[in-house]
Amino acid sequence: MGSVKFRTYHQVEGADASRLAEQVAAQRRRVEERLGAIGRVIAIMSGKGGVGKSYVTAAIALGLADRLPGGVGVLDADLKGPTVARLLDASGPVRLDQDGVHPARGRSGVKVFSMDLLLEDGQPLRWNDPGHERFVWRGVLETGALREFLADVVWGSLDLLLVDLPPGADRLEDLAELVPNLAGALAVTIPSEESRRSVGRAMRSTLRADVKLLGVIENMSGYACAECGRTGPLYPGDAGSALAETFGVPVLARIPFHSASFPPAELTTLSDAVAAVFP
Amino acid sequence: MKFLCIDCDRQMEFEERAVPGDGTFAAAFRCPACGRRVAMLANPMETQLVGSLGVRIGGRTLDEEPLELVRSSVQGRDDAFREDPPPGARSTGRPRWSAAAEERLARVPGFVRGMVRKIYNDYALERDIAELTPEIMDRARAELGLEGM
Repeated sequence: MGSVKFRTYHQVEGADASRLAEQVAAQRRRVEERLGAIGRVIAIMSGKGGVGKSYVTAAIALGLADRLPGGVGVLDADLKGPTVARLLDASGPVRLDQDGVHPARGRSGVKVFSMDLLLEDGQPLRWNDPGHERFVWRGVLETGALREFLADVVWGSLDLLLVDLPPGADRLEDLAELVPNLAGALAVTIPSEESRRSVGRAMRSTLRADVKLLGVIENMSGYACAECGRTGPLYPGDAGSALAETFGVPVLARIPFHSASFPPAELTTLSDAVAAVFP
Repeated sequence: MKFLCIDCDRQMEFEERAVPGDGTFAAAFRCPACGRRVAMLANPMETQLVGSLGVRIGGRTLDEEPLELVRSSVQGRDDAFREDPPPGARSTGRPRWSAAAEERLARVPGFVRGMVRKIYNDYALERDIAELTPEIMDRARAELGLEGM
């Protein structure tokens, strides 16, 4: 220090005047309390965009909704590209009362909360902001939104809450901090070599965040012809098996690309496989 | 963040905040020993960063509203929420809103308007304020640190 002698932060006893640490701790407590009645929280992740992660999430939710009597919920953490609510036919407006915000109900009673329920149709996510230096605070705000989706949505009692994460590993690390007892993560890939590389990176980040990898789901694993029912090749590569071998986890399902709409024909196979690796 | 009065070697205490409405934020701190006051002035980016954490400089005086950060930060649809009125006691004990205050509230986007109304209602109820006016709203904004509301 220079000529002025003064104590540093840790040398000054007591909390700061704003008690910011207490405010943050209170936020974390709200998450913990809200998730207290949920059997397990599982993240659906991928290092790559466009692999059909939300499609897989919605299919798992739908497949398990009938066999988990305590109920299934889906939190769409993909704030900028939310699609899972549409796949599950969940729509707003959402009810708001003193307990919090109530999730929308989708197919088979799946509880859904998503930024898609809050935005004007077709409009991108836009923050109220000072108009510059967005890079400084945008990530913080996105984590704050995820925290509120966990803490302020009246999830009630559920057997399973699936969290559909955006591409990349950042949000999974945020989720792991917010939900210390996260039961695990499922990785979604397509067969290609590019996908193997980027999903592999995200899976390594998952392990670094101390989150258990439960398995790999290979989506778009060939093309299922709607006419003859046969499945032909779509992407070269075998990323599902390669990732499973590298990380010592099972390939839970291979889902071919269907030109027909949701849900996929492999719904039962997929949900059977996922249910088998529940912690 | 702690403010230290170097002369007295005492941590300064939070005194008050101001939200001028231009995206900036100000807070005053006072030394409990010598009474010296300093002002912390935050630019819009710093104000936004602190706001993004969902915390209040100087501490919270009202409980956090559901989806408070999202509702105050996102440009969402006006009809996103179907708001149930709070239980009986509150509905009979609500403060009046002057025409000018209602007009000002009407300028708040529909996505966040319900939450803003509730915050002002709670503020007035806690202080036995019978009627909300723009002046009371200004005071509440400053006391509660409600940037953009």
